[in-house]
Amino acid sequence: MTPILTAANLHKSFSGGGMFRAVTGEKRAVIDASFELAAGETLAIVGESGSGKSTTARMAMRLLPIDSGQMLWDGEDVSSLSARALRSRRHFIQMVFQDPFASLNPRMKIWESVAEGLRVHHRDLSHSQRRQRVAETLALCGLDDSGMDRYPHQFSGGQRQRIGIARALVVEPKVLVLDEPVSALDVSVQAQILNLLNKLQRDRGLSYLFISHDLSVVRHIADRVAVMFAGRIVETGSAETVFGRCRHPYTQALLDARPIAHPAERALDSVPVAADEGVAGSGCPFQLRCPRVQADCANFDCRLNAEGYACLHPCR
Amino acid sequence: MLEVSDLSLSVSIQGESVEAVSGVSLKLKAGSVLGLVGESGCGKSMTAQAMLRLGEHQGVTKAGGDILIDRQSLFSMDDETLRHIRGGRIAMIFQEPMTALNPVFSVGSQLIEVIRLHLDMDKRQARARAIGLLQDVGMQDAEQLLAQYPDALSGGMRQRVLIAMAMAADPDYIIADEPTTALDVSVQKRIIALLLNLQKKRNLGLLLVTHDFGLVAEMCDQVAVMYAGQIVEAGPVKEIFDHPAHPYTRALMGCRPEVSEPGVLMPVIGGQVPPPGRWPAGCHFAPRCALADNACQAPVAAKAWRSGEHIARCLHVPEVGQ
Repeated sequence: MTPILTAANLHKSFSGGGMFRAVTGEKRAVIDASFELAAGETLAIVGESGSGKSTTARMAMRLLPIDSGQMLWDGEDVSSLSARALRSRRHFIQMVFQDPFASLNPRMKIWESVAEGLRVHHRDLSHSQRRQRVAETLALCGLDDSGMDRYPHQFSGGQRQRIGIARALVVEPKVLVLDEPVSALDVSVQAQILNLLNKLQRDRGLSYLFISHDLSVVRHIADRVAVMFAGRIVETGSAETVFGRCRHPYTQALLDARPIAHPAERALDSVPVAADEGVAGSGCPFQLRCPRVQADCANFDCRLNAEGYACLHPCR
Repeated sequence: MLEVSDLSLSVSIQGESVEAVSGVSLKLKAGSVLGLVGESGCGKSMTAQAMLRLGEHQGVTKAGGDILIDRQSLFSMDDETLRHIRGGRIAMIFQEPMTALNPVFSVGSQLIEVIRLHLDMDKRQARARAIGLLQDVGMQDAEQLLAQYPDALSGGMRQRVLIAMAMAADPDYIIADEPTTALDVSVQKRIIALLLNLQKKRNLGLLLVTHDFGLVAEMCDQVAVMYAGQIVEAGPVKEIFDHPAHPYTRALMGCRPEVSEPGVLMPVIGGQVPPPGRWPAGCHFAPRCALADNACQAPVAAKAWRSGEHIARCLHVPEVGQ
């Protein structure tokens, strides 16, 4: 079966510099990223800020131009389509943003925000048909239609995130890109939204590209995981493998950094306190902080091997 | 000892004074770590800021109770005394390390300013102390770092600088409000380890304000759980994790993704936290609680349930374990 999304060797660089900074040359944000997303599946891209996970997601959505590489939506190459050609296809893939406070226009009523996609993708619908579709979609997301004519500030963070999901769903996409969809929410609300995402996926066969830095959340929702570091995918595999028997030392470092569940698990005495955030410019980017580093890491080409990790001296 | 005693705080909402923190009591002792946990809007940050008498210019006023440092009321002090208490005796570490540092001054000038404000030192001595502080917080090349601007530092580095600033005048107490929430996961553990390391070395009383039970499990000796302006449960960390007494604590701990099974629906708490002004007359959690009955419709005392040092504002704790 054709994957619903295929990314092949994506590259993206940004030119450095800004208003107050000297131009510092190019920053390679994403290097040679490849992944596939099957229908009905959740692929999580995990990594810390600056790892390139959001840039990868934005290229997958074609919100950013792709420097080189190919992006296929349901088998069709969209890497070099014009903005106009993309517009008619955008209902295929929609995005849910991290911050439900910033991603809704405060001056638009809820139903107007949710209906925006319909105005682009379903121009034939009448006003009352649009309202009907919005009400149905809000109901799917656990909100009744009494809120349709209210404004975003009248809703809590969790409700706003439901509205954000409804806005993405209203055009009936096949793929949702979820960019840290629960990290701005309280723990109890987080659980509600994760449950909603699970239910929607089951009922509607949606595929999720789930961007997150939070491995506890990822473990809960993902089928497969791709771990990014310094612009590269350094390990990829089923959630079971990555969480149970990871091979890349960076994945291990991320797993070790997860919050503990009980005070009895404390092991802080073994955590070094010194600052240590370097990224190597050539060879394996993780070599400066890697506990398993050896001399040949300086010349490593960082390609993923057949088992799905890019490391010369993997963890057992 | 830094003691919050039956503190109530009011905020003004559309011209009306509304209670936002209600009868909170906390004891922060030297050499111990106390966690103040709760979801957003529960009043934990407002309580923490009041412990430095911050927030008053934003319309937060004391409606009752007191805050005492070594038995002396913070509310009886003049501005000059307060200035020495802030940073000198009680220091604060904020969540967002970018906004807490001034982008137009170098790290060195901001750090040296704090040192000279509180300690009688000339520039050279203060500079030497600044270098020592940066080394204490795990920074290599401390001397070069003095000339850098916050802009050039990563989030983790900035938080280290803020911790160094908090330590500048050798305070007795540190209030850390979500100190790692804005940082990358792999950096978080090191910052936590660093904070605990300094806390032990200097015998500090550390108040950790957080929404994250994982952080509490990792750092705290004592815990107080807040819900809708009140402390609903408090006690030693192991007891709270082994036998959470209040239904809210139990529910909140069950929602954590780190304790949930993959692929299974996560437990949730139905309903929403009532905002200040719309609290129920009785137990604040009663409308969302499966165990609530008529008795819960009247106010519940802070120590309605008690087992040694472990207390809970709940009339139905015996049922909780069943």
